[in-house]
Parts: sequence; structure tokens; C-alpha cells
Amino acid sequence: MTRGLTGAAAAVMLVAFLGRAAAAPVDEQTVHEVASQLRCVVCQSLSVADSPSETANQMRAIVRERLAAGDSPEQVLAYFVEKYGDWILLSPPKSGFTLLVWVVPFVGLGIGLVLVAFVVRRWSRTPQAAAPPQLDPAVRERIRREISELDKS
Amino acid sequence: MSASSLRWAIPAAVVPVLVLLAYGFSTDPREIPSPLLGRPAAAFSLTTFEGAPLSLEGLRGQVVMLNFWASWCIPACYDEAPALERTWRAYKDKGVMVVGVNIQDKEEAARAFLRRFEHSFPNAPDPKGRVSVDYGVYGVPETFFIDRKGRVRFKHVGALTDEIARRQLDALLTEPS
Repeated sequence: MTRGLTGAAAAVMLVAFLGRAAAAPVDEQTVHEVASQLRCVVCQSLSVADSPSETANQMRAIVRERLAAGDSPEQVLAYFVEKYGDWILLSPPKSGFTLLVWVVPFVGLGIGLVLVAFVVRRWSRTPQAAAPPQLDPAVRERIRREISELDKS
Repeated sequence: MSASSLRWAIPAAVVPVLVLLAYGFSTDPREIPSPLLGRPAAAFSLTTFEGAPLSLEGLRGQVVMLNFWASWCIPACYDEAPALERTWRAYKDKGVMVVGVNIQDKEEAARAFLRRFEHSFPNAPDPKGRVSVDYGVYGVPETFFIDRKGRVRFKHVGALTDEIARRQLDALLTEPS
């Protein structure tokens, strides 16, 4: 009975805590994470999180406002994509045509590794595969004689 | 790898890269198609410099030419300013509304700009940039043409001319409402 009451009290406290967490102001870290994935429209090579421009400032405010309204980071990004297209994302989406950007480097790396393995195998096999060099019979005879002389001494 | 297999391996590796580079260098990286074309124009509700309410909802049924500008945008916004006023005067009785949205600006500088070019169509500031992001505006000037059904039909980046405005508005006006 006591244990049940303790559990209920804990549950009430948990609900109260979660409720407060939901009403709390948006975590600036999340705002920064979302903003860092958005391209600053007036400076192109910077993210919205890093740009000091007025536009980026306003876009950060929109990110904060939408997160505060209960949007998930994905929903906030989707809003910007809806308005600006995939261009607004600093990382191209891992689907459709831009999937190539993610896949091709690894495919290239794989092909390169296979090629290297193939070439290395060939190189290491070549000396064994080649016929032993032909020795001049005269030289062979001289070697044979010198070895036998060494044995004698 | 024999010499004969290398003979095709090098072109096989180089040609796709060259094709990709040729494609990349022949396109303009600043020309990004707007995903908004053909889609319903985002609603907005602003207050003009004169203090009058201005919303897209209130303009339903008219062809709307929505121009984003700033007083610091030199020379493009100054180049197009007379054409905007001429277009407004030529089309205001034909079911066209010209609307200016002033973005990223200081109020006094914006008012001076409007006085200088004697703009008589409604102009409103967008102090928090909400409307410009809703329209995916990259920079100024950009002009959107919205049809009578409230869909974005054409986007012009850079200084607008009388010819471009006339061509777009005439086309949209011939469409049934």
C-alpha cells in the first residue's frame, strides 16, 4: 500500500516535471543544432548558426520560435526546405539524386581497393611465375667446378 | 593490369569527371529554382508604412505583383523602382495589385526611398523577416507574380523591367479567375 502510494507520488512528480520541461524555453543547443544545418542565404558558405548577418539572425529567431511552438527539429528543417528547396540544407539529403553524393565516394573507394588488391597480387606473383633466368652453360660449369674445389679444400 | 586494360581504364576514369565538370561549369550556381512555383502563396499580414493593414487574403481574386526590396540595395532596387510605379499606374485599374515588402532595412531609409520614387502602391516593412523566409527570398530585389487563385506563378530575381512585368501580368490577366 505504502509502496503504491510512493509510486503514485513519483508518477505525479514525473508528470509535473515533464510538463514543466515542455513549457520551458527552447534549448539554445537545439536551436544551434538546427541552425547549423541551414545554409545562410546571403553568405552561402556559412551556416545560419555561424553567420553574423541580419538574415541569419532572423532565421535563427524563426527556428527558435518554431521549436518553442512544439515543432521537432526535423519539422523546422522541412519548413525551410519547403520554402528554399534542398539548397538550404548544408548536407544534401540522403535520397534521390543527391544520394549519389553520399554513395559515390565509398563506391570509388571500394573500386580503388579492389584495383589495388588486384595489382598487388599480380606484382607479388610475377617473380614466381616467370621462368628462371637461363644461365650460360659455361658459367654454370664454372660455378659447379668452384663449388667442388671449395668442398675439396 | 596489362597495358591494354589500362588503355580503357584511364578514359573510363577521366571522362565521367570531365562530363561532370563540364555540366557544373555550364550552370549558374546562383540560379536556384524556387520550389514555390505553382504552389499557393504564403499568407501574410503586414502593416504598411501608412499604418494600413495589408494581407494577401484581402487581395484574393486579383493578380498580385509582390516585390521584395531594400533601400540599401544599390543599384538593382533603384533601377527597378520607376518601373514598379509605372507598372502599378498602368495596371491598377485592370485587377492588378502591386505590393512592396521592405526587408532588412531601417525605417527612415525605407521611407526616404519611397518618397524619392513617389511610390503610390502599398509598401510594408517585414521587420522580423517572416514574410521573406515564407517566400524563400535570397536577396533583394525579388518579385513574385501571384495569380487570381493565389498561387505563385513566376519569380523574377534582380531588377524588374517594364517588359517582364507586362509579359507576366498580361498572361495572368488572360486566365479565368
